[in-house]
Formats: sequence, C-alpha cells, structure tokens
Amino acid sequence: MSRANRWLLPDGVKEVLPPEAARIEGLRRTVVDQYQAWGYDLVMPPLIEYIDSLLIGTGDDLDLATFKVIDQKTGRTMGIRADITPQVARIDAHSLNCQGINRLCYSNTVLHTSAANPLASRSPLQVGAELYGHAGIESDLEVISLMLTTLTSVDIKHPITLDLGHVGIYRGLIDAIELAEDDERDLFNLLQSKAVADIDALVTAMDLSEQSKTMLQQLPRLYGDTQILDQAQQVFGEVSAQVSEAIAYLRDLANAISARFPQVTLYFDLAELRGYEYHTGVVFAALTPAFGQAIAKGGRYDDIGQVFGRARPATGFSADLKILAELSDQPQQQADGIAMPLEANLSADQRQELWHTQTQLRQQGQRLVAQLEQQTKPEQCSQQLVWENQAWVIEAL
Amino acid sequence: MPNSLTIALSKGRILKETLPLFASAGIEPLEDIYTSRKLVFETTQPGVRFLVIRATDVPTYVSYGAADMGVAGKDVLLEHGGSGLYEPLDLQISKCRLMTCAPVGAAPAGRRLRVASKFVNITKRYFAEQGQQVDIIKLYGAMELAPILGLADQIVDIVDTGNTLRANGLEPLNEIAVISSRLVVGEASMKLKHGRIGPLIEQLAKAVNAAQDY
Repeated sequence: MSRANRWLLPDGVKEVLPPEAARIEGLRRTVVDQYQAWGYDLVMPPLIEYIDSLLIGTGDDLDLATFKVIDQKTGRTMGIRADITPQVARIDAHSLNCQGINRLCYSNTVLHTSAANPLASRSPLQVGAELYGHAGIESDLEVISLMLTTLTSVDIKHPITLDLGHVGIYRGLIDAIELAEDDERDLFNLLQSKAVADIDALVTAMDLSEQSKTMLQQLPRLYGDTQILDQAQQVFGEVSAQVSEAIAYLRDLANAISARFPQVTLYFDLAELRGYEYHTGVVFAALTPAFGQAIAKGGRYDDIGQVFGRARPATGFSADLKILAELSDQPQQQADGIAMPLEANLSADQRQELWHTQTQLRQQGQRLVAQLEQQTKPEQCSQQLVWENQAWVIEAL
Repeated sequence: MPNSLTIALSKGRILKETLPLFASAGIEPLEDIYTSRKLVFETTQPGVRFLVIRATDVPTYVSYGAADMGVAGKDVLLEHGGSGLYEPLDLQISKCRLMTCAPVGAAPAGRRLRVASKFVNITKRYFAEQGQQVDIIKLYGAMELAPILGLADQIVDIVDTGNTLRANGLEPLNEIAVISSRLVVGEASMKLKHGRIGPLIEQLAKAVNAAQDY
C-alpha cells in the first residue's frame, strides 16, 4: 500500500461520523429500551468464539460469511461472529439454563466476509430479540409485533410490507412425496429464483405421480396476498397434515397481525427460503419501497440449542440498525452547547464558582464546552456563561 | 413510488425480439427506441418506464432495486449468479447455445488447458464440474482470435449459427447450456409490487405462448 492511501478502509467497512453516530446511538437506546419494556433482557455475547459453537446447525452461507482466525493458545479455529442469533441460542441453552420462557435482546456489531446483499455493508450493527421456551402462535406474534414496533419506534414512516412464509410447507411436501436428495437440492435451488420454466422441466423428468408433479410445479407460483393461502390449501390440502397445519398457522398469524397492524401490507411466499439459515417454522421479513432489500427479518428456529444439550423452541428477529437509521425520518441534530469562559482570565473565586456551576448544569443534562483558547465565536455553542452579580448565568451568544 | 414500474431491457438483438412481447402486453415505448439516443423511455402505460442498457448490466440494475424487472439472456444470468433475482418466465427469444470451442482437429494440449472467455464464472464452474483444472483468460470480445494466435487452447462462447466459428477455423465441442432470454424480477420489487408485476408476468406468458404457437 502506498503512503497516499493509508486512510483507505476495507470494502464495505464503514465508519460513522458526527452527527450521524449520535443519531444511531440515540436510535440504539430507543430500540434497546423498547425491548426492555417488552420484557427482553440485554445480553452481550463475545465478539469472537470457537467456530464449532458459532456455526451450529447452520448452512454453508454463514460459514462462508464468518472471518476465521487461529487461537494461538489452543490451536482451534475461532470465528468473528457473522450473526448473533446462534450465540444467543447458546447463551439460552447453556449459560442461563433456565426452565421457563426466556426473552433476550442484543445490539452489537457483526462482521461479514462479503456483504449479505448488494445494498448491505460488511459490518452491520445487528439489533434483535429472541424468545426461547415457547412453541406456538403467541410467541411468533409477539416477536413479529416487536419487530414492527421497532420500525415505528425508529421513525420509519415509509409504508411497510411484511413478507410471510413457513418452512414447514416446503419440508412437509418434500417428505410426503419422498423426493430423492439430489432432486430435492436441484429443486430447492431453482425455487429460490422462481425459475418456473426450469422447475417444470426438472419436475417433468422426475419419477413421481402426476399429482405430486402438479404440486411441485405449483409451488413456485404460490406468492402474493392472502388469497395465496386459499390456493395453497386447494393444491396441498390432501398431501399431509404438516402442510395443512403450516398453512392454517400462517392464516391465523396473518389475521392476528392484521388486527394489530392494519397499516402493514401482508405478502406471502410459500416456496422461497433464501437467506433463512437455521429456521424450522414461520419466517418473516419487513420491506419498504425506500430500500431494495428486507430491512428486518427473522423466524422460528426450534431446537438449535440441541448441540449444547438443550433443545428449546425459539423464535426471533434481527435488523441492521445502520440501515434503519438511513431510512429513519428522525432529524439529524447538530450538537449545541454552552460555551464557558477562558479560565486564564478569571479570579480564584470565579473559577471555584464556575466549577460548581458547570457540574450542576451537566448533571441537569446540559452540554458545557470549555474554551481552551480565546475565540470570538466558540463552535457548536449558541449560549455562554457570563459573570453577573457574583454568579455564572447563561446568556445567548 | 408504489405504482411505477422500471423495466431494464438488454440492448441489441434481444431488444428487437423483446419489444413485440411487451407490445402484446400493452406496453410500448412512446418514441422510437432504436433511433433515439435516450436511455430512459416512457411507455404507453403511465408509470411504466423502459431502460435500454448493456445486457450484462441488467442483473445489476435489478438486483440493486434500481430497476424493478428486466430482460436478460440466461448466459448473463448464469455469469452473474442470480442472487437477489427471480426469473419467473422464459421468454423463448434469442435462443442459442453456450459452448466450448477449439480449432478444428486440435490435438490435446498435453498440459493444463488455457481457456479464453468473457464468461469467467461459467467457465470455471463448467470445467470444475468436468473434474478439469484450467487457466482462464478473461476477454471482452472476438474470442475466436485467442486460439488462432495461441493465446488459448479453447474458448467458451455463445454459438448461434456457427458461421463466425467456421470462418475462423474453429468447431464447437461441448454444450454447456441452452440459452434463451429470461424475464427477471428483483426480490424486493416482487414482494412490494406483486399486484402490478404478477398480472404482467401472466400477460407476457400468454404472449410467449402465442408466439410459440405461431
């Protein structure tokens, strides 16, 4: 590297400057306070841990996204977290080990070897909440509600679309028609891009009953509004109890969400599972026309903690707070404070009084900026302290 | 804008075959797309715009959400990798084949093969699937020149009639994929604008079927 570009940061790695940094920190406090108010306890998982605990039950994508280093003390490979959810699952399953319901939240930086999508950075600030110990619609509804409330609380005024799916529909269908493993992998890849023509060709060549073929060919076409659930019930109604239950589950959940958030548009996609690494049930993502990718997402991932000795039902969501901040309508506030006088010009009494006054004012939440050299107009200050009747008082600058 | 729709079209031969399909779905550019130097065209449907750009840029525009949907060759999509994109419709136009080609009667190289192509990712993937390690040379055009001048042993390129190959003393060897143009839709656009995009896909599908029957 030449001297000229020593300042260059790695691709996709951002620094946040004032006043944006203060705004993001403000939003972070709002969000974490929100989670506390819903009964979620904050955890701070480590930045780095052994790779075998970081990549439990997850796909290749997370493995590829994780930066790895060797621990010189043990010779084992460590990973810098690319996703906090598996860490929180470990905390629930092993470190806390409580029996009942466990609600945990977090807000920390993660690192990705390559950005998750064209609009993402490699160093997102992941905020999220996870609920352990309850399997059922009530907990899914709770975390989806909390996700949508998060978007409101950071002042995202753009219309929100909630994308809903259920891993059980695809899994149940594949199990019921006993699809071979190779065929299943090919089908899965094509389904992710809704390549209808290629799916038709692939399915036609499979050794299956006509009825099974029709069902597989319908799968990539099942996306849209609530009607899709009726259509899915017609197409898959007979195939297995698991599929029917998943469709009914989605319908109940959708009704409950509509009742709570009538302004949110619902969208269903029953085949696409792209980007859901370890999920087992309902999956969801929030989108807005102002951004070309999902801005928050999550889902149910039961039993992920099994490798740590405890299989527990789990559901949760996460988002990149830096992206939420970009979309937030909250105005950026320029720092403004009270300028103090140059101490060199003051008497001993004035200095002592100044110390008392500034301590008091700071405790009240005021921002006081000491002047270290004579300035006619101190920066970022609209007020100043002046000596009047043996006391320091605030005056406009 | 929830009701607007931006459609990225690939320049050149694909464009000529694409416009009639959109015309049968009721979308036509308001001015002559072939003679104008503009890049953005309003259409007969309010809020629907055409972009006319290089084929290789179409997946980029669509996956970033700058365009809602687009038309691109399967070759371009395979090379791009298709992340962030749906390809819900095969338009059955601009059909050709992606093939490996070599000089007529060329003897085996007897060393690691050098392959020239503009499809670097596809080439790497194809030869790896064949269990063959090759050195890849990225070129941007006139692939046929590479074997003539000894730059490469083989090339990977689009073969339509095969005339250019023959004129340069090359012959097609193996087929990597059958290529046609696809309708692609951005992930977020599909979810946010499915009310508008869904019916358009159906109309285009009908137009494609009608063109096939004809």
